[in-house]
Amino acid sequence: MMKDSSAAPVISARDLSLTFQTGDGPVHALKDVTLDIAKGEFVSFIGPSGCGKTTFLRVIADLEHPTSGSITVNGMSPDAARRARAYGYVFQAADLYPWRTIAGNIKLPLEIMGYSATEQNSRVEKVLELVELSGFARKFPWQLSGGMQQRASIARALAFDADILLMDEPFGALDEIVRDRLNEQLLELWARTEKTIGFVTHSIPEAVYLSTKIVVMSPRPGRITDIIDSPLPRIRPLDIRDSPEFIAIAHRVRDGLRAGHLDD
Amino acid sequence: MRNLVPVLAVSAALIAIWYAAVIPMNQQWAQDQARRAGQDLSFIALVTDTMSQQRPRLPAPHQVAAELWNSTVVEELTGRRGIVNTGSLSNRSLVYHGWVTLSATLLGFAIGSVLGISLAIGIVHNRAMDASIMPWAIASQTIPILAIAPMIIVVLNAVGITGLVPKAIISTYLSFFPVVVGMVKGLRAPDHMQLDLMKTYYASGPQVLLKLRLPSSMPYLFTSLKVAIAAALVGAIVAELPTGAVAGLGARLLSGSYYGQTVQIWSALFAAAILAASMVALISILQRVTLKRMGMAA
Ligand SMILES: Nc1ncnc2c1ncn2[C@@H]1O[C@H](COP(=O)(O)OP(=O)(O)O)[C@@H](O)[C@H]1O
Ligand SMILES: [Mg+2]
Repeated sequence: MMKDSSAAPVISARDLSLTFQTGDGPVHALKDVTLDIAKGEFVSFIGPSGCGKTTFLRVIADLEHPTSGSITVNGMSPDAARRARAYGYVFQAADLYPWRTIAGNIKLPLEIMGYSATEQNSRVEKVLELVELSGFARKFPWQLSGGMQQRASIARALAFDADILLMDEPFGALDEIVRDRLNEQLLELWARTEKTIGFVTHSIPEAVYLSTKIVVMSPRPGRITDIIDSPLPRIRPLDIRDSPEFIAIAHRVRDGLRAGHLDD
Repeated sequence: MRNLVPVLAVSAALIAIWYAAVIPMNQQWAQDQARRAGQDLSFIALVTDTMSQQRPRLPAPHQVAAELWNSTVVEELTGRRGIVNTGSLSNRSLVYHGWVTLSATLLGFAIGSVLGISLAIGIVHNRAMDASIMPWAIASQTIPILAIAPMIIVVLNAVGITGLVPKAIISTYLSFFPVVVGMVKGLRAPDHMQLDLMKTYYASGPQVLLKLRLPSSMPYLFTSLKVAIAAALVGAIVAELPTGAVAGLGARLLSGSYYGQTVQIWSALFAAAILAASMVALISILQRVTLKRMGMAA
């Protein structure tokens, strides 16, 4: 990899555990998770439902608080990182505000963070171009397809200067063809913006195609069973998915997932 | 406009039932008159008489319609005290009395809405207010307005507050409640994900209110405003009853019943209904325009 491994990690978790107290007893959503993510990495989290992928992303985002262990984001506590607007978060379902146009939705974080009106407009224009939605600024969300709405949510997360992008199954609800296209776009975008990306997915090909690092997780309790550093180059045409290297990594991910299940 | 046909059909049916009821309701008086004159009443004569009495038990629809017309347009245009002859509204016209009631209604509605929205914002943001205000708001609505209105009016009159304000207070009392209930629900309408998004931006409380909670509450707001304005009108009319007010639709109802002027009572009732329907319709238009501009056309 071309990354500078001596630099301090952007995200660093040590023995992180999170237990939800529920009506039917404690749920161990995360147990002893230790992970470093370096600047500019594209990290995918893969694993069956309930293995804590969303919970881990939410801990990074300071939306959940760990029960034990430690985590730093940009060298700070998650709360301080959130205050510094260190990350953009893309939720599982497109969650654009229906009463705002696409441009209005992208302006939402900019208004909150106090950007000037001219700055807001130029940024909206820039990120809409980035996600190939120029010309849709004045449309309302319901006038767009699901894939376009999800791209608009990504644009919204890119509009302000966060160097971390957290995405929770952003393409989960989309069909394969749209998904391929969005994956390609996402890689281009990552190359252009040099952001650090945390990406949750259910799909092995998606994880292998996108990532420089794949984190395989298993449920009950939610934990990491394998961390795979991808040998694939950063520039990846779609047909790289037929290469032997790609298939080998996919195999290793599948084995990791199966091992997690055998423990049940 | 495809709603028009059923609405017209129901209206026609109600008017037919009304006409049918007029005959038995008023026939006693017609027959007494005929007996005293030593005449026999044919059915046709009976029907004609029951439809055109001076003080019927139940006035016929066309009598009410004629009274409405005469006490508004005719009175103002040609009446000795009408606006054409004197430059000010006639105190005999329903336009004048309607306006007296309407002004109290609108003032009370405005105060009630602002109060309701403010309380709802407090309730949603403050746990103590949530626990303390709602029970009182609900309790306030369980006291019959007919019992409390005279007390408020009399107490306020005693301290020298008369006229518009006491009536507006009764209107406020009735109209703030639906707004509180609707707005609490509306301000709590945003789901977890929408609130979490705001959290990722480190948005402040006022920013969440302004950019998420208030826009989400708009459909709820308009629905409760429609209930509130109708309640405000009822409040203003009820407030005119206990003091023997000389102006307003409530005063017309009271003097009508005092002098047995049933036609006057019914026309005042219809004036109130028309007023309420117009105000609700106005809010509906406002709702449609607003929600359309917000991309949420219903
Ligand atoms: N707020 C919560 N309260 C209680 N249990 C939760 C909560 N959030 C998640 N969980 C539980 O924690 C576990 C991990 O959930 P999650 O992180 O959403 O898994 P994933 O995203 O990998 O499907 C699941 O068993 C889930 O039911
Ligand atoms: Mg999840």
